[in-house]
Amino acid sequence: MSNIEILMPALSPTMEEGGIAKWLVKPGDTIRAGDLIAEIETDKAIMEFESASDGIICELLVEEGSNQIKVNTPIALISDESSSTKDRKVTKKHSNNSSSLNTNQLDHKSSDSGDGEEIKEGQKLFTVREAIRDALAEEMRTDQNVFLMGEEVAEYEGAYKVSQGLLDEFGSERVIDTPITEHGFTGLAAGAAFGGLKPVVEFMTFNFSLQAMDQIINTCAKTLYMSGGQMNCPIVIRGPNGAASQVAAQHSQDFAPWFASVPGLKVVQPFSANDAKGLLKSAIRDPNPVIFLENEILYNDKSASSKISDQLIPIGKAKVLVEGSDVTLVSYGIGIKHSLSAVELARDIDISVELIDLRSIRPIDYETVFESIKKTNRCITVEECFPICSIGNHLSASVMESIFDYLDSPIINCNGKDVPMPYAKNLEKAALLNPEEILNAIKKVTYRD
Amino acid sequence: MTARELLDTYLAIYEKMLLIRRFEEKAGQLYGMGKIGGFCHLYIGQEAVVVGVDSVKKKGDQVITSYRDHGHMLSCGMDPKGVMAELTGKKTGYSKGKGGSMHMFSKSKDFYGGHGIVGAQVPIGAGLAFSNKYKKNKSVCFTYFGDGAANQGQIYETFNMASLWKLPVVFIIENNQYAMGTSIDRASSTLKLFSRGQAFNIPGQLVDGMDVLKVSKATELAAKNCRNGNGPYILEMNTYRYKGHSMSDPAKYRTREEVQNIKDKKDPIENFQKYLFNQGVKEDEFKKIDQKIKGSISEAAEFAIESEEPELSDLFKDVYL
Repeated sequence: MSNIEILMPALSPTMEEGGIAKWLVKPGDTIRAGDLIAEIETDKAIMEFESASDGIICELLVEEGSNQIKVNTPIALISDESSSTKDRKVTKKHSNNSSSLNTNQLDHKSSDSGDGEEIKEGQKLFTVREAIRDALAEEMRTDQNVFLMGEEVAEYEGAYKVSQGLLDEFGSERVIDTPITEHGFTGLAAGAAFGGLKPVVEFMTFNFSLQAMDQIINTCAKTLYMSGGQMNCPIVIRGPNGAASQVAAQHSQDFAPWFASVPGLKVVQPFSANDAKGLLKSAIRDPNPVIFLENEILYNDKSASSKISDQLIPIGKAKVLVEGSDVTLVSYGIGIKHSLSAVELARDIDISVELIDLRSIRPIDYETVFESIKKTNRCITVEECFPICSIGNHLSASVMESIFDYLDSPIINCNGKDVPMPYAKNLEKAALLNPEEILNAIKKVTYRD
Repeated sequence: MTARELLDTYLAIYEKMLLIRRFEEKAGQLYGMGKIGGFCHLYIGQEAVVVGVDSVKKKGDQVITSYRDHGHMLSCGMDPKGVMAELTGKKTGYSKGKGGSMHMFSKSKDFYGGHGIVGAQVPIGAGLAFSNKYKKNKSVCFTYFGDGAANQGQIYETFNMASLWKLPVVFIIENNQYAMGTSIDRASSTLKLFSRGQAFNIPGQLVDGMDVLKVSKATELAAKNCRNGNGPYILEMNTYRYKGHSMSDPAKYRTREEVQNIKDKKDPIENFQKYLFNQGVKEDEFKKIDQKIKGSISEAAEFAIESEEPELSDLFKDVYL
């Protein structure tokens, strides 16, 4: 009579750990396969979790309210119905209670945060997900004309839990669930913008923006120019962009260079929570169409979590995230996460790297990039998009045209690989950026390879 | 309204239709002279549609249409000089010479373009209606599209949302029988475009788009329906385009006889003039209107030709606000 371990399940593609929001069974309960046994808090939502086996609950290994339990950790033991409770294995209880159930506010003890600011011990950090929600809520409180529309933004509270609480606060006239109809609702939002409102359109992911590309490019971006400056389109189009985790080719593409090539659009792709909040507030207040690219992996990522200030972050201004003297790394979005790791690896071999977070990719802050390269004389660009027609390609050309004499080495562009995103875990990993590749590029431009 | 007041209202309608006809004739002439470039889509033959709709428009109601837009702009009260100057690519044009025939706008006249991509104006029109509902005003957005655009997917995405959210939008399908060179029976599985909203519970009606009073009457009911909070309405205006799709169209897809037959029997301006004549309008009054329009058209043409081109320094202006 063997006991069966029930493991913490992975209930979303990006879930690495989870919490037990509620146990729906207690020791001694008889359960059938398919019965609900717990409510599990994932990185996106609270999900009901069913047993896959028949049996009797012997023991709950994790207390209700526990969180940050790694996927595949045993959370309960069941025995099949014939076995007695005496057979049960005694296992040490896993207790990992945090002070509060709100897992979004992380207790950081390290001194590095997503925005490069020093963190004092015990200081509350905000996730990117919370920062975006707070920016939306604050702007909606300030300006009656701001509204949010998209698939699952209202009652579901966002496919990625970004719009939590907004429907409750602002009601269904301002937080609007749309049908699955990207082309239509993007055009509709553009019309609402022409009519004097300030729509924020959420794409469940930017992969679906392709459906709406005509309205984004031909309507949102061009109408101001075509109307001789009469009719602006104050719209924000936002949502996760780039690869998530094993969702394969049609759901894993970084569109930053596509949008960045279009005059009339502004394009931002923040990394840290503070930048996400400050830039989104700026985007909503901007009278021009702004493409606001988020990243699913960064929503809850510790390296991107940061303190939040109330300051607006200006669109078009880069930030020197790490100061250094030997090489300039220019990156944005999730590229920053890999770059931060590469900076550490380089430090171990005594190479001092300066890391610039572009934050905005249209307009680009050339000045900050050029000033850094004048100091380091070397440059590497890091971004997740395909390597052809990337922002790195453009920056390389700009650097050559403007400050060629300052370069001591060719610029290297680190990008995602030139293939549609594969599904298999190992292939996906190989197709994406990684810190080792960046380190190799750093060694190469410093002639240390 | 006295009988005379009613006649005066009708005369104003007649004048508007004639203004559009003469404007378009002049535009065609200037195109032939090389003064207007690019695409130029003339509205001749369809005048009763836009003028009839406009006759029931209230202050604050918006208008949006595709690239065959000169008539809509003149009907909204935009200055023929500014429209013609835009056609000739001058800085005095409505878009300062950057939009051309297909892309003109006037916020002050509630005209929201002038859109070059077939069907793209339709969700935008629903969005304008959305803004009316959001602001809780009683305005309606008149959203025009052609029989060709009626086969675009985004039309049906828009029908669904407009009906779901009860948006105050009147969809006006200008069925001029040809999507560029493809006749409607070669492009549409069903010919009753007004019934295309059925799946979305949007009422639709077929209207004789060559009869301005019928257009006016039908639009009044449709707009009232919207203003009462009942959601969208579809009007299919059966009309006809006398000229080619654009200036470069050799019109091989239809016979001269077909076009001549419509001109002889269905011309919206001639028929309305006969009607007014029978109602007691004197020859003199028509002549006066004729003269007035001739004057304003030659003034517009002269202005458009004489105006200066945009400054080269304007190239980079108005990309961002």
